[in-house]
Amino acid sequence: MNTHALVGRRPPARAGAAHAWDRLNRALFVFSAAAVALTVFAIILFLGLQGLAAFRSISPLEFFLSTRWQPPEQYGAATFIVGSLAVTALALLVGAPLGLAGAIVLSELAGPRLRAVLRPAVDLFVGIPSVVYGWIGLTIFVPFIRDRLAGGGSGFGLLAAGVILGIMILPTVIGIAEDALRAVPRPLVEGSLALGATRWQTIWRVLVPAARPGILAGIILAMARAIGETMAVQMVIGNSPRLPVSLWTPTATLTSEIVTEMGNAPYGTPWADALFFMAFLLLLISLGLILAVRALGRRAAYASGRG
Amino acid sequence: MRVHGRRHVGVVVAALLVFTVTACARRGAQTPPAPGGEGGGGAVSGKVTAAGSTALLPLVQQAAEEFMQKNPGVTVNVSGGGSFTGLTQVAAGSVDIGNSDVDLPPELQGKNLVDHRVAVAPFVLVTHPGVGVTNLTKEQAKGIFTGKITNWREVGGPDQAITVVDRPRSSGSRATIQRIVLDGAEVTDRAVVQDSNGKVRATVASTPGSIGYIDAAYLDQSVKGVAFEGVEYSVDAVIRGKYPIFAYEHMFTRGEPAGATKAFIEYILSPDFQERVLPKMGFIPVSKMSR
Repeated sequence: MNTHALVGRRPPARAGAAHAWDRLNRALFVFSAAAVALTVFAIILFLGLQGLAAFRSISPLEFFLSTRWQPPEQYGAATFIVGSLAVTALALLVGAPLGLAGAIVLSELAGPRLRAVLRPAVDLFVGIPSVVYGWIGLTIFVPFIRDRLAGGGSGFGLLAAGVILGIMILPTVIGIAEDALRAVPRPLVEGSLALGATRWQTIWRVLVPAARPGILAGIILAMARAIGETMAVQMVIGNSPRLPVSLWTPTATLTSEIVTEMGNAPYGTPWADALFFMAFLLLLISLGLILAVRALGRRAAYASGRG
Repeated sequence: MRVHGRRHVGVVVAALLVFTVTACARRGAQTPPAPGGEGGGGAVSGKVTAAGSTALLPLVQQAAEEFMQKNPGVTVNVSGGGSFTGLTQVAAGSVDIGNSDVDLPPELQGKNLVDHRVAVAPFVLVTHPGVGVTNLTKEQAKGIFTGKITNWREVGGPDQAITVVDRPRSSGSRATIQRIVLDGAEVTDRAVVQDSNGKVRATVASTPGSIGYIDAAYLDQSVKGVAFEGVEYSVDAVIRGKYPIFAYEHMFTRGEPAGATKAFIEYILSPDFQERVLPKMGFIPVSKMSR
């Protein structure tokens, strides 16, 4: 539509060639978009079909409610579901307050020079491979937990994984929360200050509530990252298919169990199918979280449109 | 008319694109992952594909390099993927040789798979160096790994909690330990699970009070090997039948091998290769075993 208008203004002699070129480009772009959509759809379909095949031989009740994971006899995956949720919750407990604090510093307290250093540093976090986080966890956190907190045992468990993940999600939380804070209309802040509120009162009572949808979106995206994270978690959680009785007993998550067993679980057996279903479950959880972010985004746009 | 022509171009381009992509996709789907190629006939030439056990991988890779140098007409492709991957792929006919740490599982029996035992892989129980227990009876080891014994005090060690380090359920090494040391009993689910020899060794080396098991080739100063039933691990002890914790490494073929595949397996089984290369990689030559 727009391109037609643009092309229409060109000299008629060159219009033909330009038009054909436009059409070619448009066909390429449409094709690329379709290919992406098709790929995503194919992955969902494949995982779903392969995963649901597990229930031909495994009872869904056993899968979701039992914690006895002893292939090829018993397929209770409750441990992994609980593990994934627990690790994610712990990561948010660590990462969300820290991340929000960081975002407030970046958007409100830091001067332009400090910010010019801090913001790229935060973005750099994202580029650190997760195996490095896992390695640091393995060599520093696990021994620390074992010797100082747990007083023995192995040190592997929820706490190590949760703390590492909490640090890993910081850039997501900080980045999105900072953008949300910056998007709050300045008159709101100036009005609050003009009424005699202190800087802290303004941040806490005005700025943060006004930016809440964006901050929540950041936290939800961080959740999606945390629940799908594999490498670092697998290195420090202990990978034991058992509900944890404390923060430092080895347990497992959906991702860690898939990556630990996929190499040798015979393809086409209920065992492999159960792993596929665990992957499908993760996909559904991530999809749900992303839909939640979109819903929040829509609400935020609506709110700011009115305000 | 001109407009028509231009529209045509777009349609043709789109159609071409779609055609190319579908053609590619169909070609990808139709080509089998790795066609079995037993060329045979006269001097060896052709293609050999092998996949499976990661424990056996370095050995087969070494053999493949040497074999291809001596037989320029042969290409040998070796990949890992795990014992069960090797077994299922050779059963399906997508590779010529399936490498495996474990015997043929019941679901693949009767599919005309031929077993070639090419090496012996010994395993060692290892503890953190601080534990100080130098020998475990089978009964004690079983008690520790099944979770009945939870403190080193119970087996003559210091008053210290035991941390068991295990391999995943899908691991061939784990199957071997379960069969020989545990008489088929389950490893305690309180164990820490690590998915490779290297990670088990690193975990045992850094966790006080821990015990695990590794391929003998991985034994080093960072962990302490434990004697089993009073017998310290040594190649000699395995050969003389005194040390029982070992497993055969297998190469399975679909039917009796022929051509390049046959020659390749014969090369691995040749006395020269067995005695020159296997010990260096932590395996024991099959020919040395009395049984």
